[in-house]
Amino acid sequence: MRPAPGPLAPAHLAVSGLSLSFGGLKALTDVSFEVRPGTITALIGPNGAGKTSLFNCISGFYRPREGYIRLDARDITATHPPARAKAGLARTFQNIALFKGMTVLDNIKLGRHAHMRTNLLEALFYWGAARREEMDLRAEVERRIIDFLEIDHIRNKPVASLSYGLQKRVELARALAMRPRLLMLDEPVAGMNREETEDMARFILDVKEEWGISILMVEHDMGMVMDISDHVVVLNFGKVIAQGPPVEVQGDPQVAAAYLGSGNPAELMRRLSAIGEAA
Amino acid sequence: MRIATAKETYIADEGLLTTNTQRAWMIVLALVLALAPFVLNAYWLYLACLVAINVASATGLNILTGYTGLVSLGQAAFMAVGAYAVAFLDGHLGTPFLLNILAAGLIAAAVGVLVGVPSLRVKGLYLAIATIAASFILHFVFTNWVSVTGGMSGVNVAPARLFGIELASPFALYFVIVPVTALMVLGAANLFRTRIGRAFIAIRDRDISAEVLGIPLLQYKLMSFALSSFYAGVAGGMWAYFFRVVTPESFPFATSIFFLAAVIVGGLGTILGPILGAAFMTLVPELLKYVVEWLGPVFPNAGAALSPVRTIVFGALIIFFLVFEPQGLAEIVRRVRRFFHLWPFKT
Ligand SMILES: Nc1ncnc2c1ncn2[C@@H]1O[C@H](COP(=O)(O)OP(=O)(O)OP(=O)(O)O)[C@@H](O)[C@H]1O
Ligand SMILES: [Mg+2]
Repeated sequence: MRPAPGPLAPAHLAVSGLSLSFGGLKALTDVSFEVRPGTITALIGPNGAGKTSLFNCISGFYRPREGYIRLDARDITATHPPARAKAGLARTFQNIALFKGMTVLDNIKLGRHAHMRTNLLEALFYWGAARREEMDLRAEVERRIIDFLEIDHIRNKPVASLSYGLQKRVELARALAMRPRLLMLDEPVAGMNREETEDMARFILDVKEEWGISILMVEHDMGMVMDISDHVVVLNFGKVIAQGPPVEVQGDPQVAAAYLGSGNPAELMRRLSAIGEAA
Repeated sequence: MRIATAKETYIADEGLLTTNTQRAWMIVLALVLALAPFVLNAYWLYLACLVAINVASATGLNILTGYTGLVSLGQAAFMAVGAYAVAFLDGHLGTPFLLNILAAGLIAAAVGVLVGVPSLRVKGLYLAIATIAASFILHFVFTNWVSVTGGMSGVNVAPARLFGIELASPFALYFVIVPVTALMVLGAANLFRTRIGRAFIAIRDRDISAEVLGIPLLQYKLMSFALSSFYAGVAGGMWAYFFRVVTPESFPFATSIFFLAAVIVGGLGTILGPILGAAFMTLVPELLKYVVEWLGPVFPNAGAALSPVRTIVFGALIIFFLVFEPQGLAEIVRRVRRFFHLWPFKT
């Protein structure tokens, strides 16, 4: 038997001086921030601020024009997405990117791909090591992920048949199966009702505390951002306009201006929570 | 009446055959296949071998097109590579039969990897065109590399020998071709229980998010091409021993279309699909021949008049399945099974 993996150290992410443009459009300008090990960092900002573009740079879809991205001591700015996955980076997508035809279980198992070793020949024969690896994976997925996220009842269902909220949960499950050290969530509760949002917030906190994973999260739901994050980064027109602990950012007049065109923090909070409810 | 059993362990759940009924049917199938040669006449044995060869190749194409989502119209050319490889190895080196078939698969796989290189950049129709181009280049090689392929007149292949026994008749070859094909189908079924099969499906469904999950696209697309052409090469190798002569016209371009049609009619992305599809595509024209013969006494001159009709009926059947069962024959089987599984309860 291969040794069971020990607890993984949460990763430290450092983004520095990142710039990205699409043709003439500057999507990101000199963006710098950090995700400290074992914390939840929230990335907020109005629609079109560049949050998803920033995620795409970090996960390797977009090549930034300038700047670098470091995971712990390692510069990953130029590595391919699969190499980043191997280094411990996992993400979910704003508009769910599950494999619709596959079952929940297969989707989750896919998450482990990069950490498995079965080669083509072993796979065709399904003998010895290949079989053992699949069984170990199944056992671990059942015990650690399916139980934890309370998705026992849907494990054999095709993803396409699930509600939006459950699909988001399955996407989190798949990301967790990747054994990440940094988990990136793009709007994990968008489109969810109150109850589903609260469940998701609890899962995210548990992931941080019990699994010891650093989390970077884009979210419009301000209630949730203020509740669970340790650090908030505010992006507007591709620039970081404020960052700090939630309470500080909440009172920042620049942030209010970005959202409202006015400098009134109380009005901001009202509008922000309205966005959260509507989404 | 049967009631679904609660799965106590994952082990049972991860098996290929999950119920006793399935196991029983599999044993019945194995027995039928083992006893068939003693019952069937030479003509039907010939057809049985041909179906098995086509199943092997269609199963390979299904890995590439059905599961990985890469459309290929090169399957016939890869079979030809396998057939020529067998002819060359057998004729020039005299290496043993089974080794030659394995080598045919490996050589075809190597060619498949080369042909698959554009797949990182192009998809869908464009990739299909690239594989057509590759087929024509290979055809050119077959006609002109005379020292190896014998040019237009082709090469003859001596009968296969296994443990000193000459395998010249369909009866004898059946006992090699059918088990080899069965192993290949089993291999494909196993593949899709592992990370590699899942990666293929992920690439088919959404290659961008497959990358984020740590699946290197080029490597896996090439692997799928290699595997698919390995299957074609082995099938082509068996074909060479079966027909004993290989020429550039043995595997015309239309054969590639035949295989694509077989996996589509059978059901893309299922293990059963290419088996049913290849059997359908191989046997239906033969069965229609019987129908024509049978109508002979009723309509004099039927032979001449009905053979074009036969082709039309065959084409119409394919269209019928595409329109009324786009998921293929495998889906019909699944529905029938489901019906009996829940019977007598209403579904
Ligand atoms: N692939 C692309 N090509 C061209 N422009 C793009 C591309 N992706 C994003 N953009 C543009 O970059 C800007 C930032 O978009 P991005 O999706 O990163 O915003 P966001 O902060 O995630 O917004 P939202 O809250 O609506 O999800 C937008 O103006 C968008 O139109
Ligand atoms: Mg976005």
